[in-house]
Amino acid sequence: MAVKKNLYTKRESGRAMDEVRPMTAKVGVVPSADGSAIFETGKTKAIAVVRGPRTLHPQHMQNPKNGVLRVNYGMMPFSVEDRIRPGPNRRSEEISKVTEWALSSVVDLSEFPNTVVDVFIQIPQADAGTRVAGINAAAMALAHAGIPMKEMVSAIGVGKIDKSLVVDLDKYEDSLFHDGEGSTDIPMVFTSRTKNLALLQLDGKISIPEFKETIELAKKACEKILVVQMEALKNVNGENGAPKGVPLEGNNG
Amino acid sequence: MVIEKRQIVIPGETLVSGNEYLPGDGAYRDGGDVVAGRYGIMNIFEKHVRVIPVSGAYYPRRGNTIIGTIVDITFNGWLIDFGGAQNAFLPVAEVPRYINRNEMREYLDFGEAVVVKVWDVKSRGVDLSMKMRGFGKIEGGMIISVSPNKVPRIIGKEGSMVKMIKDATGCSITVGQNGKVWISGNDSDKELATKKIIEFIVAHATITGLTEKVEKFIKKLGLKVNSPEIIAENTDGESEQNVGEDNE
Amino acid sequence: MERMVHPKVYPWRATMGDFIIPNLQKEKIEEFIAENKRLDGRKSDEYRKLVVKDGISENSASAVSVKFGKTEVLAGVHLALAAPYPDSQDQGTFMTNAELHPMASQQFDMGRPGIESVELARVIDRGIRESGFIDFKGLCIKEGEKVWQVFVDIVTINDDGNLLDVAGLASLIALGRARMPIYNAEEDKVEGYSDKGIPLNKDVLSFSMTFHKIGKKIVVDVSKEEEAVSEFRLTIAVGDNGGEPRITAMQKGKSGVITSEDMETILKLVESKWAEMFPKIKEFVLGK
Repeated sequence: MAVKKNLYTKRESGRAMDEVRPMTAKVGVVPSADGSAIFETGKTKAIAVVRGPRTLHPQHMQNPKNGVLRVNYGMMPFSVEDRIRPGPNRRSEEISKVTEWALSSVVDLSEFPNTVVDVFIQIPQADAGTRVAGINAAAMALAHAGIPMKEMVSAIGVGKIDKSLVVDLDKYEDSLFHDGEGSTDIPMVFTSRTKNLALLQLDGKISIPEFKETIELAKKACEKILVVQMEALKNVNGENGAPKGVPLEGNNG
Repeated sequence: MVIEKRQIVIPGETLVSGNEYLPGDGAYRDGGDVVAGRYGIMNIFEKHVRVIPVSGAYYPRRGNTIIGTIVDITFNGWLIDFGGAQNAFLPVAEVPRYINRNEMREYLDFGEAVVVKVWDVKSRGVDLSMKMRGFGKIEGGMIISVSPNKVPRIIGKEGSMVKMIKDATGCSITVGQNGKVWISGNDSDKELATKKIIEFIVAHATITGLTEKVEKFIKKLGLKVNSPEIIAENTDGESEQNVGEDNE
Repeated sequence: MERMVHPKVYPWRATMGDFIIPNLQKEKIEEFIAENKRLDGRKSDEYRKLVVKDGISENSASAVSVKFGKTEVLAGVHLALAAPYPDSQDQGTFMTNAELHPMASQQFDMGRPGIESVELARVIDRGIRESGFIDFKGLCIKEGEKVWQVFVDIVTINDDGNLLDVAGLASLIALGRARMPIYNAEEDKVEGYSDKGIPLNKDVLSFSMTFHKIGKKIVVDVSKEEEAVSEFRLTIAVGDNGGEPRITAMQKGKSGVITSEDMETILKLVESKWAEMFPKIKEFVLGK
């Protein structure tokens, strides 16, 4: 049996196989919120806003032992070429839920029983990887809102395009490439300290050894993303953000 | 590795290593490490490691002084909005004088503002009291809202910053730990100047030499700065006591 | 110390929903405005700083961000192929949609668009439609069969008052900067964008200004606090008629009534603010 040639040996964008698109991040972008952040990778932009903790209504949804984390993900109507009808759809509802699980794995709301912490993720411009960009923004916004968190999370889309393993799929790789073995998309979320998987989805065809390799690729990419998230949180100079420099000293001198 | 003191830390970051350190508010232990459990500024005091929030919502704590608005009246007390996660409750027994059930509205009506003390924080809500001196209904003046995390800077060391503003503008200033500041004076221009000074402090809360910059700003507004010798830079963490951090 | 006695169940209310303004604050806002002053230092007829940012999304015909102070709104334009309405076979169609997204304010809720979203979208839609700013005939591809459908989508990012004017201006700027898609007739599909704009009747551009009555005075570009204490609002869309302002749409909101003195003040303000702002607005929407 003849082995077929790999049809995707060079990325359409010119990036190296394990290269993440250029990233930027900023916190404090929505002044009236308790926490907010924007995260951009290439042309994909995600805004995340945190409101809460606040009393959860209706009352029967309250949890007397724990606060409730509630995530709402959505794409703005003008974010993609075919206008998206405003309001929830099956895709956005599913992404909201898996994002909620990923973030809940690090968020600790035990101090705030009967309350809800709302996370709103909105995508103004999409070029694949919107759920992972949204999670990167949301983790920053939750931290910015002062919500207790065991650690951060960072998210990345990895995958296989024909026979090549790639990091940070763009729109071409995610939805326009159909040759050979096609495109396999694997969004992953890693916790920043314990390096565990907090979200995993897979769509396509991949062997077990290849899948193992994508996990390592994703881990490495998440290290880079964490640096971007950290820098944005540590170097805030916005009016609503945390300080640049140091406002308070320890009382031990 | 020990992170340099007074640094902004993010959740999951190792703050210090060693079993002699104790994780305080906003920190937790993970093996030999003390780790940040929220975003903020690391503070180490006598091996006690904590993370002081720099942004986010106000969390009421016992003993806090807050400013709120009456939003509802029940058969035995008042519900008060203070911009927090839930409304707070001021029982009729916690006001300085005996109030008959049918005169509750005359005593404190919808929309009236109060300076109150946080008596207790429970899972179901916040209980308030108004019995002590210095608490009660406020009338006239204006209320401005600032980030609750900036309150220590407005107060300054032992209240030095607030005193400087009061001396310069002649307005009375009450700072609620919920980020509501009540400004009241005889002259609306002076009130506005007070508001501007407080907003200046909030916008520049993170710079070093803040007191000097505030003095300059006050002079720029055409006002005088009194007794600069008692004004010291708020750098020794004592101001945190003023905002009721961990003082229960 | 003695413990307090509580009712078993607290009638806790959500702080979501209401924007609470204490009475003393309302009185102070009114007292200031009576002296032609405002709590943020502006005069009663003064707008906040206006900031326009383009290129929010390159996947649509246009998408812009408009800020008045801390109020921020995004607006984007999309063009899609559609069948014309039976009563206007040679004209394109137009739809405005607005979402008062809960990310923008503690007071906005998830779920079905509330009356505030609907009113906002309708006022903006009418203002644009009735002014004749969009050249609907220019949007006809084949009479009776195929026309362009123009969507304006508005998303609120942060509410610090006067969303109506900010969203209205954002919509105009998004239309003014929208690129015309390329229609491939043979395959009956859209193939990217041309470098031309969409067909507009540029000389009938009109923009809206919302006036609020606070205390006894009329105020422009209200903050969120001011908005919460006003008696009524009146939104007026004004265009250019040979150098004179011409009204193209109006909407009164809230339960307060307009006295004849109020109306006189507002109309005078319309004239002066229009003269002052129209050239700037025109440049934002249509370029230099």
